Amino acid sequence: MRKAGLTLLGLVIFLAIAAPVLAPNSPDKVFSDLLYAPPTDLHVGYIHPVRLVSRLERRFEEDEAVRVPMELFTRGRFLSVDDTQGPLLILGADAFGRDIFARLLYGARTSLALAVLSTIGALLIGAIVGGIAGYAGGLVDELLSRFSDFILVLPAIYVALALRAVMPLVLPASTVFAVLTGIFALMGWPIVARGVRAIIASEREREYAMAGVALGAGPARLLLLHLMPAARGYLVVQATLLLPAFILAEATLSYVGLGFPDSVPTWGTMLQEASNVALVGDAPWMLAPAAAIFLLVLAVNLTVQGVGRAPVQLEP
Amino acid sequence: MARFLVRRLFFAIFLVFAVSSAALFLTRLAPGDVTAQLGAFASAAEVERTRAQFDLDRGPVAQWALWMSRAARFDFGSSFLYNRPVGALIRGAAANTATLAVVALVGATLLGIPLGIITGSRRGTASALIRGVSLVFLSIPPLLTSLLLVFIASRTRWFPAGGMTSVNAVDLSWSAWLADVALHLPLPALALALPLAATFERLQAQSMTETINQPFVLAAVARGVPANDVIVWHAWRASLRPICAIYGLAIGALLSGSFVVEYVTAWPGLGRLMYEALRARDVYLVAGCAAMGALFLAIGSLIADMLLAAADPRVREAQAS
Repeated sequence: MRKAGLTLLGLVIFLAIAAPVLAPNSPDKVFSDLLYAPPTDLHVGYIHPVRLVSRLERRFEEDEAVRVPMELFTRGRFLSVDDTQGPLLILGADAFGRDIFARLLYGARTSLALAVLSTIGALLIGAIVGGIAGYAGGLVDELLSRFSDFILVLPAIYVALALRAVMPLVLPASTVFAVLTGIFALMGWPIVARGVRAIIASEREREYAMAGVALGAGPARLLLLHLMPAARGYLVVQATLLLPAFILAEATLSYVGLGFPDSVPTWGTMLQEASNVALVGDAPWMLAPAAAIFLLVLAVNLTVQGVGRAPVQLEP
Repeated sequence: MARFLVRRLFFAIFLVFAVSSAALFLTRLAPGDVTAQLGAFASAAEVERTRAQFDLDRGPVAQWALWMSRAARFDFGSSFLYNRPVGALIRGAAANTATLAVVALVGATLLGIPLGIITGSRRGTASALIRGVSLVFLSIPPLLTSLLLVFIASRTRWFPAGGMTSVNAVDLSWSAWLADVALHLPLPALALALPLAATFERLQAQSMTETINQPFVLAAVARGVPANDVIVWHAWRASLRPICAIYGLAIGALLSGSFVVEYVTAWPGLGRLMYEALRARDVYLVAGCAAMGALFLAIGSLIADMLLAAADPRVREAQAS
């Protein structure tokens, strides 16, 4: 179970990193004759080019007379066809005639990068606050714990929604990335802090910590070098739980129009393009980002189950 | 118990106060205000009048103080977006969200807990199958379940694909209206309940497995209690503690999940209302929604605490002291 999860997780990360090589087309390239075109049928070694039959009915036809060879490792891509002959659309095209497969791979880069950075941020804040609270004890501990418990009670998506909605609605993609990373890190730390606090508070009573104090270690040295390593396992588990939660948070915010601009491929913006039910009925390949999110969350759940912890996935 | 209740009451008041104040300040200090909704051709006098009508001509703190003093008398201001008192708007939306959440919670409980008892106490193909299905649904969060169900509904026409009532609902009699709502309810409720049911199943199974390995279960079997009775009346009761604890978290999850589900399936609840209010900078509507959401949270965590106390005498004693 755990191996399957880790393999799936590794695969998604590999696909994201290798996106420029694996995608047969540029994610922004518009095939103006192929809006909502279905996935290209793959034959061994070649494809038939897809031609538009009726723009109004969105009907497409394969030109069976022509065989376009698929080539490995040419044009700087893993698998591609000659552009003049007709594109290779592994998962079809979206409303603007862009390659969904390419956008899915590039979207994985943005979505994963955002989630990973937010997770690191949340772990850092959580470890610092929890460490200080657990080490200091007393009034400091009480205040910090009460504060983090308070944030923990709030439904995270509403707070993220409110924080994002009060900023200007239209922002450039890089600003959105920074803003969302900040918001997610600020929403994710309390659960980390709570666990770290408990671990540090119990560790500092142990003999080795006493020995450290006796040998003259200052609070910072003791906390960072001696006590914090005890929380390592907890931090790893929290990271695997936070990562999919942040992927989903991005998807949710982009879906309701408060995330990235439409032109930037992320799993959220792609999902938003698939929100038109009437269109999705005719072009179900638009739901590819939903499948991607499902696979990622499944990978994490399989991994965490292997670790033997309750797979609590309550916050969407 | 009385001291515990009083403490929870103070916490509830603080939560509602803090959350609604924060929402008011956030919306007020955000760039742009509700007058943007008047359009580009509004005259300066009109903009001024609207600003005065919603107390935007005062400073943020003065506006907050005014809102607080009115809220103490149950006057929550009026909404620009709907041109109606916020109190009435919130009541309707909160009732819709509560209906959705309660139906989803009950459904998830009735589905997840019995399945968890089975998978936690039995081995075999059926149990493994349930476990696999549960793991799949655990990985389909409400955003995806609602999208998927809407997709299925629009293809098969088994259920209406969105909304709470049909277009002609205003003309219907009371009972016909209720039947209409009942037809629209399953889709969003299912979207919300499925991931939650999977969570309950996993937790109940884990807790059940841990309990069954304890000596008192073996003792009951040795005394000759039938296997099914041991599982339900001895082991299950003892395994309930972590389940009750999760109900406290489930309230927050239901509220979060209901926002997404309400948005995707066009259910006119609190989440949708708050989203619209936030985008339009409708200050008093935002504050009202936040206050209502906080009240839901406080009530939910209180119920969860009482459940926990009912399930475990140790918790009862800790709360009493």
